[in-house]
Amino acid sequence: MTRIDKNPKSGDSAVSVRGLVKHYGETKALDGVDLDVREGTVMGVLGPNGAGKTTLVRILSTLITPDAGQATVAGYDAVRQPRQLRRVIGLTGQYASVDEKLPGWENLYMIGRLLDLPRKEARTRADELLERFSLTDAAKRPASTYSGGMRRRLDLAASMIGRPQVLFLDEPTTGLDPRTRNEVWDEVKRMVGGGVTVLLTTQYMEEAEQLASELTVVDHGKVIAAGAIEELKAKVGGRSLRVRPVDPLELQPLAGWIDELGITGLATSTVDTESGAVIVPILSDEQLTAVVGAVTARGITLSSITTELPSLDEVFLSLTGHRASAPQDTVPTDTREEVAV
Amino acid sequence: MSAATATATPIDADARIPLRGHLRHTGALIRRNLLWIRQDPESMFDAILMPVVFTLLFVYVFGGSIGQALGGGQDGYVQYVIPGMIAMMSMTLSQGVGTGFSQDFNSGVMDRFRSLPIGRGSVLFAKISVELLRMLFATTVLMIVAVLVGFDIHHWGGLFAAVGLSAVFASSIMWVFLTLGVILKNAQSVQAMGFLVLFPLQFGSSIFAPTNSMPGWLQHFTDYNPLSTLADAARGLMVGGPVAHDLWVTLGWSAAITAVAAPYAIHKFRTKN
Repeated sequence: MTRIDKNPKSGDSAVSVRGLVKHYGETKALDGVDLDVREGTVMGVLGPNGAGKTTLVRILSTLITPDAGQATVAGYDAVRQPRQLRRVIGLTGQYASVDEKLPGWENLYMIGRLLDLPRKEARTRADELLERFSLTDAAKRPASTYSGGMRRRLDLAASMIGRPQVLFLDEPTTGLDPRTRNEVWDEVKRMVGGGVTVLLTTQYMEEAEQLASELTVVDHGKVIAAGAIEELKAKVGGRSLRVRPVDPLELQPLAGWIDELGITGLATSTVDTESGAVIVPILSDEQLTAVVGAVTARGITLSSITTELPSLDEVFLSLTGHRASAPQDTVPTDTREEVAV
Repeated sequence: MSAATATATPIDADARIPLRGHLRHTGALIRRNLLWIRQDPESMFDAILMPVVFTLLFVYVFGGSIGQALGGGQDGYVQYVIPGMIAMMSMTLSQGVGTGFSQDFNSGVMDRFRSLPIGRGSVLFAKISVELLRMLFATTVLMIVAVLVGFDIHHWGGLFAAVGLSAVFASSIMWVFLTLGVILKNAQSVQAMGFLVLFPLQFGSSIFAPTNSMPGWLQHFTDYNPLSTLADAARGLMVGGPVAHDLWVTLGWSAAITAVAAPYAIHKFRTKN
């Protein structure tokens, strides 16, 4: 067998996946996935439960082997060079977690030792990371006593101990409340500022938009769309602006009036009588400013103006023409209000 | 953190883990398992209570009548059953590696370990080491209770040899429980399966009573039951009598079980999805 000992710094792609296949009996968890993550960027992998996101991360972090195809991380082959690969990655996710029975500090110290840091360095690294993730006060408490947000921060800290080149975040905020989710996002943004390459899986368009620069949309183990996040947003219609006049009779005239404003590139607005709102698809900040400016200048009484990101369902609807299909019992249909909650 | 990627850990050209590395990893994981005990002292209850409860139960409930049959009364039974208890505990406490392992898989911490550049064996060896320590602790408790109910320690060398032999046998059985921990869904299943295996082995043996009054077909089983030979060897070592045959059969069993179960456990562990 030929050895491939590439310099991990030499390639442009920190993660490269070609024709990856993984079947579990009849289920095709991955059915020929191609994907590239450029060094120093954040790739979001968006898809519903059961789309194959976690399987992808588990293959890339050497936890399972693919049935076919190739996956390299930092130039190392996930199947043939698992040990070298494990040295350069960090993993945080719904499945890879910290030891709940151990205090936060002990978790980090243990991982430091497992990564061959000398005792003293493992100690200072644990202190340092607890400090950075605002967990110093909880250092001595078992992780089982941590709140959801603290747990995720400890998870993130644990994945940073080895100063990884590539970081895998498998649904980092699933199950967190919105405030805690924002905390975790802030942490991830800081980590990215440090130059690490990130592959992040998520079920939420909003999360992908917050954190990722590129997006790969997967469904049923297949890539159904990929590209820069702005491109895809344009494809799926980006945000939508919802204008709610106090008087429902204003709905139709308002919609017609907005359409006649002649704002460049603005799509036709629609009326949602159920929620009593005019919905205007928005592609750019300029469009948003123009519409809001015009509507407020018109002088009708409004109860609210909000912008909303498309839900996963809407993204799928516009990309594939069908709704995000997933095992019925596991995924609630995303509604606007539920996005990223 | 701006220098994070620039100062990334240098990469071993051939990625082999040196022996010192394995020791370091196993050490870190042993520390983890010991911290579990400190965090949750109740997990030691079985190691403390089982020897106490079983000794008192057998000596005071069955001791009189079995002892009479043996021709030595309750006192004679104490000398008979205590070496058997050492054998029994080696089996019962071995289960802990399986249930602990199963918990690690289900909590996700095992995925963390498996994504780290450490040898797969380190995780297994650390678990076994800590369970052996727990077993030594339980044996100490057992011997204190034993002396209190009238057991005579004839010579310490024999006692240590008996404990050593039990530990050897226990570590071979632990590979079986590790396998169960890897392949079964949760800790409860491991415990239930362990009970199914242990129960007939324990009672169909010479641990609690001599086998010569059992029916012939059962004696065939008990004669080759490693728990019988372990108990008989321990008895010989601790209170006197023939040792050699039982000792070799027990060691043979340990070697055979390890030879089959250890590679299988490691294989299953490596390839678990």
